[in-house]
Amino acid sequence: MFSAIYRGVGGIGRRVREGVWTLGYATRFFVAILLRSGDLLRRPGLVLRELYYVGVLSVIIILVSSLFVGMVLGLQGYETLKIYGSDSALGVLVALSLTRELGPVVAGLLFASRAGTAITAEVGLMKTTEQLSAMEIMAVDPIARVVAPRFWAGVISMPLLAAMFTATGIFGGYLVGVVLIGLDDGTFWSQMQSAVEWHHDVLNGIIKSAVFGVAISVIALFEGFDAQPTAEGVALATTRTVVVSSLAILGLDFVLTAFMFKG
Amino acid sequence: MTDDALVEIEDLHFAYGGKAVLQGINLRARRGQVVAIMGASGGGKTTLLRLICGQLRPTAGRVRVAGQVVNELKRRELYRLRRRMGMLFQFGALFTDMSVFDNVAFQLREHTDLPADMIRDLVLMKLHAVGLRGAAGLMPAQLSGGMARRASLARAIALDPELMMYDEPFTGLDPISLAVAGNLIRRLTDTLGMTSLVVTHDVQESFAICDYVYIMANGVIAAEGTPADIEKSDLPFVRQFVRGEIDGPVPFHMPAPDYADDLGLGQAHV
Amino acid sequence: MQRGILDFWVGLFVIGGIAALLFLAIKVSTINTVSASNSYAVTADFNNIGGLKVRAPVKSAGVVVGRVAKISFDNNKFEALVTLRLDNRYQFPADTSASILTSGLLGEQYVALEPGGDTKNLANGSKIQITQSAVVLENLISQFIYNKAQEKGAGHANP
Repeated sequence: MFSAIYRGVGGIGRRVREGVWTLGYATRFFVAILLRSGDLLRRPGLVLRELYYVGVLSVIIILVSSLFVGMVLGLQGYETLKIYGSDSALGVLVALSLTRELGPVVAGLLFASRAGTAITAEVGLMKTTEQLSAMEIMAVDPIARVVAPRFWAGVISMPLLAAMFTATGIFGGYLVGVVLIGLDDGTFWSQMQSAVEWHHDVLNGIIKSAVFGVAISVIALFEGFDAQPTAEGVALATTRTVVVSSLAILGLDFVLTAFMFKG
Repeated sequence: MTDDALVEIEDLHFAYGGKAVLQGINLRARRGQVVAIMGASGGGKTTLLRLICGQLRPTAGRVRVAGQVVNELKRRELYRLRRRMGMLFQFGALFTDMSVFDNVAFQLREHTDLPADMIRDLVLMKLHAVGLRGAAGLMPAQLSGGMARRASLARAIALDPELMMYDEPFTGLDPISLAVAGNLIRRLTDTLGMTSLVVTHDVQESFAICDYVYIMANGVIAAEGTPADIEKSDLPFVRQFVRGEIDGPVPFHMPAPDYADDLGLGQAHV
Repeated sequence: MQRGILDFWVGLFVIGGIAALLFLAIKVSTINTVSASNSYAVTADFNNIGGLKVRAPVKSAGVVVGRVAKISFDNNKFEALVTLRLDNRYQFPADTSASILTSGLLGEQYVALEPGGDTKNLANGSKIQITQSAVVLENLISQFIYNKAQEKGAGHANP
């Protein structure tokens, strides 16, 4: 009995210790990325290549998902607003929910599962096959050469993808509200425009997505870099990327929302 | 004797996770020599290579390469020293997202400002030296194991390193590739004036090409000497290792409780 | 992957992202022109601000001329202290009155400015003297019922 309690408490303690250790390690990793990004200014081509794999290849899933999210928002919003006779505010509802929350958050979740996993798997596999080791011995720093370009590509891509998500989502809402249901075209846009404010709503949403971009990139790269150099190790790391970055997105979203939209 | 040593290792200790892997290694490799480091699998040979190139830090002792103490260098100095080293990994470790040509050109592009046509000439020369000029345009996935290792060798010698390290270069090769690999190591060492450290457990192949042999066991150097000396040695472990006997100082069985006890038959005898 | 094709796709990606941002800026949102540099602040005390929020519009003759910048509570006078940021382009006489109105029956509340006839204008930091509080629906209804009850009571007492 006593020894079971002892073991249980000890287990919790060990988990906390390991958690703190990992967090500290990841923070040092993040700082190392920032410190060793200087070379990229001389070689922007490295980031460009990763922008293709991280950004361009994520566009299709972002566009398709956002169109459907916007259309569903339009339908559901209309059904609810109709009860209060304020269906003219549909544009406002669609635009505000997308710019403030759904755009950055859903784009972030999609980005984590599309690009984040790809980054983790690629870096993890490079580690497993000793490519990172080989690079180090060839006097090329893998953090500067492999990690940093992917990090910046993620940070640049995320706001662009979130903006695309929001814009396409609003278009989806427009399709349902105006084209399908037949609300007035002018009212839809003008109500939206008078209610949505560039700084407070759109820009804050973009800032959110940039923060998510940093978080997802660091998590994905760290998991890949830190993966056990085996097949299971890489598989486990890829799963962790999705889980940890999804939780990070939702947690950060709450914190950022509390700061941005209070009052 | 001391002046022409490129690699000097003094009383090197290394522990990983509380387990002592190396317990006082002394080793020296002279310029222009092929030195073989042999020992049973899992005996810390690869660890030794990683200590020499500074990827791991020893718990005690010193590694000196070209007069510089590797384990006391700062990051920047270590990276500068590494440009004078090359390493061949067991499975090649070619960059899978680049062609063979780009793999070999990698260091030239990272560390020099040479014009593209000069890089092209240099790469083709290195590939020619390992007999893979015709494979320049292939991707690493299209190469066989032996070819991948040769391509990796071309990549490692791209900057004409002074010290070449080979991690198990003979493992998993067919007899032809085996002969090719051994021949290449000797020939490159002689023609490029390199020093080669070959980590291996392949007795015949390495004895044929090396100048000096170190045999590691239990984290220390059990024996050293020229291949001829080693073959004549009557130390029991060396004899077992060189002749490939199943049982001897290195037991066939992992240390374990008594066999009969483990099977629950112990009580019957009491 | 050819370098040129890669550049092309990445270029297209960046253009797409910027186009989306432009769409959000031009078609979806308004850029709030009232910022600290091109506006001036005036204050007004209200007995009751109802549901007025920070960033609610300030209108005169139905045109948005500014935003509510800050709402606080004056603990000496027990009144609401509202700071308004007005666009520099619009100047109002010093005796302008402010009232809190509601757009529509259930819409958002805003501050309406009714210009007076003073020759001097409101400046940065000046205070609007004449204010009218928000109409709280519950008060209105209870007042109405109270009045009706009184009318009836008066009728009975005075045959």
